[in-house]
Amino acid sequence: MDLLTILQVLDSTMRLAVPLLLACLAGLYSERAGIFDIGLEGKMLAAAFLSAAVAYTSGSAWVGLGAGIVASLALSAVHGLASITFRGNQLISGVAINFLAAGLTVVVAQSWFGQGGRTPQLAGAARFEPITLPFAEAIRDVAFIGPVYYELISGHTALVYIALLFVPLTWWVMYRTRFGLRLRAVGENPAAVDTAGISVVGLRYVAVLICGVLCGIAGAYLATALQASFVKDMSAGRGFIALAALIFAKWRPWYVLYACLLFGFLQAMALRPDVIESVLSFKVNAQLLDVLPYILTVIILAGFVGKAIPPRAGGEPYVKER
Amino acid sequence: MTTAPAIELKGISKSFGPVQANKDISICVMPGTIHGIIGENGAGKSTLMSILYGFYKADAGEIFIAGQKTTIPDSQAAIAAGIGMVFQHFKLVENFTVLENIVLGAEDSGLLRPSLARARRELKALADEYELNVDPDAVVQDIGVGMQQRVEILKALYRRADILILDEPTGVLTPAEADHLFRILENLKREGKTIILITHKLREIMDATDTVSVMRRGEMTATVKTADTSPAELAELMVGRKVLLQVEKAPAQVGATILDVQNLNVTDNKGVHRVKDVSFNVKAGEILGIAGVSGNGQSELLEVLGGYEKATGQILMNGTPIDLTGAKSDGRSRRARGIAHVPEDRQREGLIMDYQAWENVAFGYHHDPAFQSGMFMNHAAIKADTVEKMARFDVRPPDPRLAAKSFSGGNQQKIVLAREIERNPDLLLIGQPTRGVDIGAIEFIHQQIVALRDQGKAILLVSVELEEILALSDRIAVMFDGRMMGERMPQDTDEKELGMMMAGMTKEDAA
Repeated sequence: MDLLTILQVLDSTMRLAVPLLLACLAGLYSERAGIFDIGLEGKMLAAAFLSAAVAYTSGSAWVGLGAGIVASLALSAVHGLASITFRGNQLISGVAINFLAAGLTVVVAQSWFGQGGRTPQLAGAARFEPITLPFAEAIRDVAFIGPVYYELISGHTALVYIALLFVPLTWWVMYRTRFGLRLRAVGENPAAVDTAGISVVGLRYVAVLICGVLCGIAGAYLATALQASFVKDMSAGRGFIALAALIFAKWRPWYVLYACLLFGFLQAMALRPDVIESVLSFKVNAQLLDVLPYILTVIILAGFVGKAIPPRAGGEPYVKER
Repeated sequence: MTTAPAIELKGISKSFGPVQANKDISICVMPGTIHGIIGENGAGKSTLMSILYGFYKADAGEIFIAGQKTTIPDSQAAIAAGIGMVFQHFKLVENFTVLENIVLGAEDSGLLRPSLARARRELKALADEYELNVDPDAVVQDIGVGMQQRVEILKALYRRADILILDEPTGVLTPAEADHLFRILENLKREGKTIILITHKLREIMDATDTVSVMRRGEMTATVKTADTSPAELAELMVGRKVLLQVEKAPAQVGATILDVQNLNVTDNKGVHRVKDVSFNVKAGEILGIAGVSGNGQSELLEVLGGYEKATGQILMNGTPIDLTGAKSDGRSRRARGIAHVPEDRQREGLIMDYQAWENVAFGYHHDPAFQSGMFMNHAAIKADTVEKMARFDVRPPDPRLAAKSFSGGNQQKIVLAREIERNPDLLLIGQPTRGVDIGAIEFIHQQIVALRDQGKAILLVSVELEEILALSDRIAVMFDGRMMGERMPQDTDEKELGMMMAGMTKEDAA
């Protein structure tokens, strides 16, 4: 197996890890604040649809991104209202959002575009194009560094770089800022935050809305960067895989990156049965490769990967006690 | 010139639905004093302090802080007015460091680093000034409760509190830790801070306070100088009638050994060795009291004896061994052997809070043929039995259809006691019999325990209240870190010695 093949696999690992990474970071903000969110999937789907629809109509991928974020934020607001203001069950609210998004996107897409529940193909500026980083062409032929820089590091869409920047940014926000301290505190012991004179409700809404923004970017990436249109159920369980990755990463930003890269890698391998065949020197059933990420999800959720302690107040609405 | 009171409340009233928690309460707390507020559970102490800390809005009344009329709509306003509160259940983030907990909510700017640095400096100064030593980098879940409480006090001081409210601060402390706390409070008082101490323990009021206010059923019944009053008078003011503070009991008529525990070991499901090689016995007609700070193995010991925790070793009941690990190691077989159990946590282990009183009375004894009618349960029989038990144990209100959660703590405990004692057991296990129970009910419960002893039954009492252990026990054993530290006769020992044993020290260590 040559360097180029390895780089190709790693390159698609990166592209496939990005939506997981964004969704996983979205979940991190929400869950660290004590709001469980299994509606990541639905929010991504809604964002994917609206971003594709608006990008097609406006001809601008960036306007589409904005619309995707708005769609996701709207669902986040519903989740916030249900689980923070009305102290409802967070799982049920999340499930409702997933169902709502799965059904509504297809129905609206059919009504707007009449193409069987999908949006028209995006082209040109309506889609995020790969960016060639400076000097990529120039050093392309330098041994090792050249191909690595050209194939792997350069040549992604803007959203990939934005997603990667969110990892250190999230770490910094969580562990180096006042907001991060309070956010982590409200997920562990909201009573401590409340008695310190800080609004539990306010903090949790901010967390849920940040989650909405990140899910929005993730959804827009699916429809306007990774693919070139919205298709039914295109999030394909990524929201749930992101949740598994979040548990795997023990709710920590850098571990989130590693966990998502692992899942991205498995998805990339599923696309390249030829590579696996050459490594293992026997044929592997392609469907088996497809289900690998999901099997890993089940294994992680079944608790085989050490003890992950979730935020202590996670899933519980805050009621002021006497 | 007279100084303005640190806090003055005028005509505070607060209702929750039909329940009036505070009725026209006025109180005046002078600066630089320790002011005690004493009252039974539900007397309205916590409600009053929650109003002062901005958790509730009073229906009527005014608050003056240092002579200025102040409104306190939320905790932020209370903190700004210089009020700090140490809650009974600490409000700390367990996986944060001490420093992070202190800074939380009182940060200087958006970035943490400068806030943490300043807090570290101030913490050192506060520690030197008030004997409040804590390790700023320790994680809260790794430090003891005494230390956690100091973190709560430091939190308030860091926010420049001049008035410190402590709600039942000694409930979780050893006697030595409590003494340390009161030394800290004295230091704070000397520096001019005002302290409000809420408690139901008369001894603390007598030892630590300058002035004491008594609350009963939402009303302030008296405010007196501590030096001018006595525990008996305060108890009468709290309850509204004369109370026997001492348990009256005749000398024990000790009979044969009922329970004999030999080399008992318990390892919990986390692999922690909770009970270490414990041996003791309880004889007919005596009360063996087990003292200790909570979490030193007493709970696990009770769970093993009650049949819902596995153990190794040997336990003989009336001379025959009981099954500690196998199929017969459950609550039902224990009851069949004449062991009745009043668990420590009555709301989680003793009762099902959403079930009605009669259902709770049948629990554990629902196989009783008297409660059956063919293949169905005989509800009428159970209810009739419950009415009888409620009358005998003075449960109020005597309504068998009321859910367990609708009764007060004392009456819930009476329901559990009635269920267990009325079965005429050979051995009664009783954990924390009066936790969260009013003084009036405490008296009644103690009398019932002594009456059972006088019928020649064996009683194993576990309590973290040293006073209760001393008042009831015919023999006292102390547990520390899963081990028995030794046994004492109540007449040969005192709180000081027991307190040292509870902290893991023997007489020789202290000498």
